[in-house]
Amino acid sequence: MNISPDYFASPSDPDTLPRLRGRLGLAAEAEGLLDVAYTTIDSPVGTLLLAATPKGLVRVAYDVEDHDRVLDTLSQRLSPRVLRAPKRLDAAARELDEYFSRQRRAFDLPLDLSLSKWFRQLVQQRLPEIGYGQTRTYGQVAELVGNPKAVRAVGTACATNPLPVVVPCHRVLRADGTPGGYVGGPGAKKALLRLEAAA
Amino acid sequence: MKQPFEKVVAQHGGTVLRVCRVVLGVHDAEDAWSETFLAAMRAYPDLPDNANAEAWLVTIAHRKAIDVLRARKRQPAPVGEIPESPTALGVPGAGDGDLWQAVGALPDKQRQAVAYHYVAGLAYAEIAKILGGTTDAARRAAADGVKNLRKNYPGATTEGAPS
Repeated sequence: MNISPDYFASPSDPDTLPRLRGRLGLAAEAEGLLDVAYTTIDSPVGTLLLAATPKGLVRVAYDVEDHDRVLDTLSQRLSPRVLRAPKRLDAAARELDEYFSRQRRAFDLPLDLSLSKWFRQLVQQRLPEIGYGQTRTYGQVAELVGNPKAVRAVGTACATNPLPVVVPCHRVLRADGTPGGYVGGPGAKKALLRLEAAA
Repeated sequence: MKQPFEKVVAQHGGTVLRVCRVVLGVHDAEDAWSETFLAAMRAYPDLPDNANAEAWLVTIAHRKAIDVLRARKRQPAPVGEIPESPTALGVPGAGDGDLWQAVGALPDKQRQAVAYHYVAGLAYAEIAKILGGTTDAARRAAADGVKNLRKNYPGATTEGAPS
């Protein structure tokens, strides 16, 4: 009988640790320590990472963005007190589910846009004005925010949108009608546009 | 760069749970684990990036365990028969109850030294910082602990344990 770390492992460990980690998330929330809560959900455009601060939804990330890297960035830019704690994301997960099953056309969620600054944040605040199933060009959005020459900056604001799907940067297209770039890849952008067009 | 706290929990949660079990027994281990990680999460933003996270967590767990041990001594368990030596260790799995009894019967310091060295894999210098006293005293406490375990549970060896 070795006195080694493994010896003190217990057959109940595989159940015990997830239970304790779940309890930690709830306790951290109650104590006001949960600066960033996150979870992941399945969707027709792949696994999405959802993260929220106490203020609101702060990040939606596609698989292709590399969720580990996204969490590292949240830890650096917001707070290292990051835990997988799905409860805070319940409403966001439900509304996204409804959106992907065509039962929801607009999101009604508190948003935290603190990952964006200045002009980018301004653009991202205005994007929800583009209604479900509609599209605008980068130039039209530049006009919408009162800066018609800032077409490239609008492109950057869309490309750095921390809340894709919920803040509908997928509804902004190139002037020639082609989709243009997208944080989730061109396939995801086309999929969202198809989803909304079919409704 | 400071990694998300979730990764700290994922990397060290299992070790801290085993340490708590050895030091406190199965019954109190889960609450000590929860207290440890909640306190760690509170202090995490101030932890230096290059700190040894495991030693830091074991230090917090040690303090939480001391609180539990003190409370136990103030408030003896309501049992009809007073045991020969204080043990509150439950039996984690069938068949190995004797070793857990033997671990539970060790003096606090020996049990802590055994847990921090053989379960958490900490060096004796780190353990000395946690327990107070010298590195030699920490080494001796672990050695005495193992000797006592062998005496009371003859199957025990330390083969493959960190040196």
